[in-house]
Amino acid sequence: MRSLLTNQNRTDAEKPVSSAVRQRQSLMFRARSYMAFAITPQAPIVEWLAELDTSLERSESFFSGHPVALDLSSVSLSAAAIMHLVENLAERKIRVLGITGVDPAIEEPGLPPILRGGRGPQQTTPDLPKAPTLVVNAAPPRQQPASLLIETPVRSGQSVVFVDGDVTVLGSVGSGAEIVAGGSVHIYGTLRGRAMAGANGNSRARIFCQRVEAELLAIDSYYKTADEIEDSLRRQPIQAWLEGETLKISALN
Amino acid sequence: MGQVLVVTSGKGGVGKTTSTAALGAALARGGDKVVVVDFDVGLRNLDLVLGAERRVVFDLINVIHGVAKLTQALIRDKRLDNLCLLPASQTRDKDALTDSGVADVIAELRTKFDWIICDSPAGIERGATLAMRHADAAIIVTNPEVSSVRDSDRIIGLLDSKTVKAERGEQVEKHLLITRYHAARAARGEMLSIEDVLEILSIPLLGIIPESQEVLRASNLGSPVTLNNAQSAPARAYFDAARRLKGEKLAMAVPSESRGILNKLFGRKAA
Repeated sequence: MRSLLTNQNRTDAEKPVSSAVRQRQSLMFRARSYMAFAITPQAPIVEWLAELDTSLERSESFFSGHPVALDLSSVSLSAAAIMHLVENLAERKIRVLGITGVDPAIEEPGLPPILRGGRGPQQTTPDLPKAPTLVVNAAPPRQQPASLLIETPVRSGQSVVFVDGDVTVLGSVGSGAEIVAGGSVHIYGTLRGRAMAGANGNSRARIFCQRVEAELLAIDSYYKTADEIEDSLRRQPIQAWLEGETLKISALN
Repeated sequence: MGQVLVVTSGKGGVGKTTSTAALGAALARGGDKVVVVDFDVGLRNLDLVLGAERRVVFDLINVIHGVAKLTQALIRDKRLDNLCLLPASQTRDKDALTDSGVADVIAELRTKFDWIICDSPAGIERGATLAMRHADAAIIVTNPEVSSVRDSDRIIGLLDSKTVKAERGEQVEKHLLITRYHAARAARGEMLSIEDVLEILSIPLLGIIPESQEVLRASNLGSPVTLNNAQSAPARAYFDAARRLKGEKLAMAVPSESRGILNKLFGRKAA
């Protein structure tokens, strides 16, 4: 499976078509990426189609309903031949969304659009028919936003360190436990231990918690110990942030 | 196959050994085959609480090192013949416990008994981690005070990371046993309340054992409290806990103050 990234068109797409369009919020152009199968025909095409038929016999509905990109980098076909191949695939219920791996000069009306800038294959599909012509490789997954979700209580003595982003804890953080995050810290239970946000120098990180009984709150190495947290805030939902070199805490309601 | 229970707490002196003996005897009373295993190598006590100290010949370390067979080291209780003790060695220390040796002993005990109750030493070192290593379920013994509760929290974290079950991605079943609960002191705010303890530890409650002279009296006599005076308040609480372990659903009674009429009249000190 291959992801098709169309964001190389973003600059064009985001250019306003006209000033009238700009005012109409409902009409917008945005680049988006979607998942599609990429199939790579091999020469000779007739034999390749026969092999494809064998694969489809084993897994008839494999392509049905899925958009498919035709990667023509292993063959050299004329526009007419491509058109013929697309028709052949349509007979097999394979709908070609676009073609890739061809000379852009080949473009002509009636051919599927030419796709550019597609990323490598994302993941292998275990039940894929073992046809040599269907090229499916693993590649690095798309980058996920960095955050860590912990659904259990964090117990005394445990230390959660995640310097890449935010940490969210659904349970409580026990006395003697600590959460260290490069980004913000969100705790939906009681914070009895330590929370340290912005651990790699991010002074915009914050700490949010449902009920504060913390031993220590720190953001980007500025901290307050339990003694320095106002009594009126204890056991309350709070947020903590950095204002200059001062750690501020306020009630969250 | 027997169930392996570990009785653990982190903190010392909260009642692990007392609870191991009392629950072991209560389960054995119900007809199950029970073995209690002392993991407190070098500081063994379970033999004393069970009144078996004069009959120890071989111990857990001997079995692990192949000096004795398991059957030679097991001591059958004189009151209940389906209750056995596997004592710890008093002359060795925890380093004498080996991972594979403990695994073999537990595996063999599983085939012979319905319940294998491991009495963990205090602390979080070798003895404690090996006692919990093969557990299917854990009984966390906690006194209603902050240091004990925090230590228990630490132990729960270890149960979720250092046990065989945790390493397989499974959960060790956890039960909270609150011991030495003193209703009057809790009412005065001198102890944590049951709700506070449950809120902090967030694991299911197995039982609340009231503070009682009966517990000390029984251990001095070398008898589990559940055998020494089955009608006493702590014994009844342990019997209920044992029934809950077997899956029964029983209402949880929070021990309340029970003072005689004279106490009620004169119990209040002038400030």
